[in-house]
Amino acid sequence: MKRFVYVNDESCGESYCDNRVSNTKYTLWNFLPKNLLEQFRRFMNQYFLLIACLQLWSRITPVSPVTTWGPLAIIFIVSASKEAWDDYNRYLSDKKANERKVWVVKDGIRGQIKAQEIHVGNIVWLHENDEIPCDLVLIGTSDPQGICYVETAALDGETDLKTRIIPSICANLSSDQLGKVKGVLECPNPDNDIRRFDANMRLFPPIIDNEKCPLAINNTLLQSCYLRYTEWACGVAIYTGNETKSGMSRGTAEPKLTAADSMIDKLTVAIFVFQIVVVLVLGFAGNIWKDSNGRKHWYLMYPAEGPWYDFLVIPLRFELLCSIMIPISIKVTLDLAKGVYAKFIDCDEQMFDRETSTPAHSANTAISEDLGQVEYILSDKTGTLTENIMIFRRCCINNTQYGDDSGDALKDTRLLNAVSSNEPDVVKFLMVMALCNTVVPIKSNDGAISYKAQSQDEEALVNAASNLNMVLTSKDSSSAEICFNSSKFQYELLDVLEFTSDRKRMSVVVKEGGSGKFLLLSKGADEAIFPRSNPGQQTKTYLEAVEMYSHLGLRTLCLGWRELEEGEYKEWSKKFQEASCSLDNRECKIAEVCHSLEQGINILGVTAIEDRLQDGVPETIKLLRSAGINVWMLTGDKQNTAIQIALLCNLITPESNGQLLSINGKTEDEILRSLERALVIMKTTPERKDLAFVLDGWTLEIILKHSMESFTRLAMLSRTAICCRMTPLQKAQLVGILKTVGYLTLAIGDGGNDVRMIQEANIGVGISGREGLQAARAADYSIGKFKFLKRLILVHGRYSYNRTAFISQYSFYKSLLICFIQILFSFVTGLSGTSLFNSISLMAYNVFYTSLPVMTILFDKDMSETTVLQYPQILLYSQAGRLLNPSTFAGWFGRSLYHALVVFLITVHTNAYEQSNMEEISMVALSGCIWLQAFVVTLDTNSFTYLQVILIWGNFVAFYIINLILSSVPTLQMYTVMWRLCSQPSYWITMALIVTIGMGPVLALRYLRNVYRPSAIDVLQQIEQTNGPTQTSRNVESATRIYLDQLLTDLRRNKGSIHQPLLSDSVASIR
Amino acid sequence: MVIPVLAFVGLIFIPIGLACIVSSNKVVEVVYRYDTKCVPGNMLHNKVAYIQNASIDKTCTRTLKIPRDMKRPIYIYYQLDKFYQNHRRYSTSRSDAQLREPKAAGDVAEFCKPEAFAANGRPIVPCGLIAWSLFNDTYSFARRNRLPRDGDHGPPPLTVSKRGISWPSERGHLFGKNVFPRNFQNGSLVGGGQLDPRKPLSEQEDLMVWMRTAALPRFRKLYGRMEADLVAGELITVTVRNSYNSYSYAGGEKAVVLSTAGWLGGRNGFLGRAYVVVGMACFLLALLLTLLCLVFPMKEEHLLLR
Repeated sequence: MKRFVYVNDESCGESYCDNRVSNTKYTLWNFLPKNLLEQFRRFMNQYFLLIACLQLWSRITPVSPVTTWGPLAIIFIVSASKEAWDDYNRYLSDKKANERKVWVVKDGIRGQIKAQEIHVGNIVWLHENDEIPCDLVLIGTSDPQGICYVETAALDGETDLKTRIIPSICANLSSDQLGKVKGVLECPNPDNDIRRFDANMRLFPPIIDNEKCPLAINNTLLQSCYLRYTEWACGVAIYTGNETKSGMSRGTAEPKLTAADSMIDKLTVAIFVFQIVVVLVLGFAGNIWKDSNGRKHWYLMYPAEGPWYDFLVIPLRFELLCSIMIPISIKVTLDLAKGVYAKFIDCDEQMFDRETSTPAHSANTAISEDLGQVEYILSDKTGTLTENIMIFRRCCINNTQYGDDSGDALKDTRLLNAVSSNEPDVVKFLMVMALCNTVVPIKSNDGAISYKAQSQDEEALVNAASNLNMVLTSKDSSSAEICFNSSKFQYELLDVLEFTSDRKRMSVVVKEGGSGKFLLLSKGADEAIFPRSNPGQQTKTYLEAVEMYSHLGLRTLCLGWRELEEGEYKEWSKKFQEASCSLDNRECKIAEVCHSLEQGINILGVTAIEDRLQDGVPETIKLLRSAGINVWMLTGDKQNTAIQIALLCNLITPESNGQLLSINGKTEDEILRSLERALVIMKTTPERKDLAFVLDGWTLEIILKHSMESFTRLAMLSRTAICCRMTPLQKAQLVGILKTVGYLTLAIGDGGNDVRMIQEANIGVGISGREGLQAARAADYSIGKFKFLKRLILVHGRYSYNRTAFISQYSFYKSLLICFIQILFSFVTGLSGTSLFNSISLMAYNVFYTSLPVMTILFDKDMSETTVLQYPQILLYSQAGRLLNPSTFAGWFGRSLYHALVVFLITVHTNAYEQSNMEEISMVALSGCIWLQAFVVTLDTNSFTYLQVILIWGNFVAFYIINLILSSVPTLQMYTVMWRLCSQPSYWITMALIVTIGMGPVLALRYLRNVYRPSAIDVLQQIEQTNGPTQTSRNVESATRIYLDQLLTDLRRNKGSIHQPLLSDSVASIR
Repeated sequence: MVIPVLAFVGLIFIPIGLACIVSSNKVVEVVYRYDTKCVPGNMLHNKVAYIQNASIDKTCTRTLKIPRDMKRPIYIYYQLDKFYQNHRRYSTSRSDAQLREPKAAGDVAEFCKPEAFAANGRPIVPCGLIAWSLFNDTYSFARRNRLPRDGDHGPPPLTVSKRGISWPSERGHLFGKNVFPRNFQNGSLVGGGQLDPRKPLSEQEDLMVWMRTAALPRFRKLYGRMEADLVAGELITVTVRNSYNSYSYAGGEKAVVLSTAGWLGGRNGFLGRAYVVVGMACFLLALLLTLLCLVFPMKEEHLLLR
């Protein structure tokens, strides 16, 4: 399948879609059916729909169908409007993109049109920093060599600039001709492969050369990339609108489900099963009662012979009666709560980064609870732990080391003297620093020069060179000028041997202006440069310097140079051109050719650049580690630097208390053996000792290929790991491994190379840093600094988890309470499935009376933030899922059963005989439930604010007001009932009795537990109450710490069993 | 914190409980169960046949002894047991609209079946099983020991007032002033009592009381009120016209109840007893916890924290 694109000719060729980009999920017309369909894909909604439909059968429904249809409709409207709002926002942003003005050639004249009006075949003109509106084939640029630069980060997450070349056939077109050119392009139908474009192009006369010319991906400008460092470029639109490569590869992200959510789902299923059992038992018993007993009750007038489905009627009635067991409001309540948690994060003043004025932001509002359950943090290094501000600290030139602990190399007088005395080695060194890079100098109007660089290291080097009087003053694609000690030197830039992560080095070939000498200037990682050094040269001191610098946590680069013979260069240049133009396997060929030139390099020296740790990183990591979170560092940097940074930021402990196991080797066997050894050491070492392992990308690759299982085991045993030289894919793989074992992972990073890992992890956190915003955009949460992570996890995550745990279980509690009362009542109604409560009460109970007080929990803090940050160990409770698991749920289940018994039995006994009419008893029972639940919420609220008091007791008062109003409506059955009840002293006495009997044992049990088996949370709460949150005396604090540690080690030992069902069923099998 | 609260609750609950018990005990209650006693000995083996046989005179007169002084007003209830007014089939078998509005007479709908339409196809007013099974035993009372002699008028006879036994809300709103019984109890199967077709529903107080369904299978409903004082030891005769079928199902007890009322309503010792028990339990618990704390003090490190 091919498409033919006629360049600049709207009259011929098929018509393809216009360039209207649409990311919206719905249109105005399909919104309702599509959204409904989507919502009904959820089990809960299907269940409620079934219940609602059953309720339409009046023969079996115990209450009016409104009780289910009403809430169901509300839930649907709420989620539908949320979807609609999101979609509307997407529509708005699409619209903005679609209505952006672009320059397009129309009928030979250049004019501005809206982006959405671009058609296939149009010639589009772009200027520097424009976003590319659709997929184009490049036909002309401002660069005489036909090159332009694009940033493809939005497409593939890679931040380095990519070079795009115009196809040879268009090479000689003048900009005048470009507007008039006609031709035909033969290209494949749209697909989502952003690395492949196999097409060809033929131009029509008057262009003479009308041979077919092959096109590849490097002739294209793809939608959503940016044009950089190129004044202008123009291209032919080939794919437009949603048919572009980026449009085709846009997938909808799978919604993430939190561990707490999946726990709730499991509990829901359990309750569902329980409900089915209850229904079957009661239905069966009801049928028996009917046959053995019911027919004798003449006033019931049971017909002798019922319809065939008669035996189903009673079970179905019970099914409807029990359907309230699963709270219909739970999803809405939880969604609302999650929205509030996200707002709390967005509005947190203390997570506002003043330096860059970035607030914390939660892009994904649904997973705050997971933050409180994080077990593994996988962190990027550069830009995440460090500031990603590179500062030139030290260097080693000609066996002399400049810069020491007291000062930078830039202030080292020896170096300054060497510069001023034109010492040749130093000058050469500086020249390489200034020239061997892809930095672009930009002169501002006042003559000051600033540098634009994609690599922070290069920028640091060029800046350092300019500080040492070697200033790169101007540069274009073919020449560069440097100014040293105020004399200017011209260089012709011949070739750039680009940096790739495989080569780990880059070189440039320049021709010196004055002497006409050809020079090869190289810089790169030590292991990439030293093996290529001049065999005669002594590299020992440099090696030592590299060693020393990386021990200080500095990033090192080796600089070198070689003079080339003209003939040698010419010959090589031809080969290089050939390789650059080759159609298949180009990268490999280029690397080979480069390799042939980069030989016998004279090492000039070593630079050491410091990437400072971010503010507060060591403290944060220490805190997170003592909170029981395992922190892994994944970096693209080299091992020594990574280890040093890890030491600096408390990730690993120095030798005496810790041990760093290095997994490495030259061959596969060696690596695997070293892995096994590490595993044995991990298993046998006592827990006290801090063990960590370190490996690099190559090792990981081999291990994953051969010994995935032992690595998984190692990963589970190791609290800390340093993984260096990781590719973005490997980072994501590591996250994937931990995830499959069932751990809850959080990935944090700042750059495009972290995007995959961020998307793979349960929680992705992006740092809105210097490497752009891609990571922050792909992430669920974005923060300004690494140090905010502790607040995000310990404060927001923990509170969110606690609150969700309470809200969800409480929702079940209140539903079960009312349902158990209905079941108990059915025992005195001949198991006929009569509802004790009327429809209005039932609906209001779920939607109103019980949903409002629970909202107070959203503002509840079980202990103050300072206490949590002071005793981070407490996170273990939420981490291990101690507050929401089958056993806590069993507690709530028991409580609701007990409360139902209390309410029902007391009501039945106090309102016996002449007071036993239906309306009164139902109101008494309902008020009993309301009283109890108000006290339950109060008991479980730890902090009191006015809002909480108002919500709990205001709701309580509202209950009475509403019911008194309802009792004043003459047409309702409950007319005057509430007035009558409220005027009876016995009613109030009954309420007091219900509350006392209901809450007394709960209180007493809690007291006993507090005194004899306090949990760490209880202990801290008591400390807070007695001492206040801030001032804890030293000995109390140490005592607390010891006590907490004791409690928590017990807990941790049991953690496995408690913890497993939370996350994954596969855990047990792997362990 | 918890111990004082418990003690405090105990302190409050016991007096309230005692007050409730005293109040409940002040209420004088005479319960006379007549469902078997009013069946002649030869019919005991087949009570259903007895009650369904219209030709038998079902009047039965018994003497009751008043245990303590009873001050007016004395409420008369009938009490049924194992009667499931709360059964789903039964409790929904009514049409509230029909009771309220004459226009809604035809609004008998699904839930009134099988007592929705009369044989002639006309809607029954009031429809449904509840109305159809209206309780129809009647009671009359007389003083026994001081029969009126000539010239001595003696105390007035014990008249039972049936006015005002329903709630004003029922008379005023739930049962219509212009709604008259139609086609009621004229089917082949007669359930319970008849209604006077000339009286509007808003005056049929027995029906209102009956239709205010009970939530429990054992319930009392107000039959009438006696504006008379009775003295301890006094004998009164109660004449029961026993016509309501409580015999076809097991445990179908019927009783007539005379009772005075206190501030907590009728005689019901439950609240008082429960309060006293809970109060004592609170005290006991407080004591127990205190002892527990004394015998097994908190762990040392835990104490340090307090």
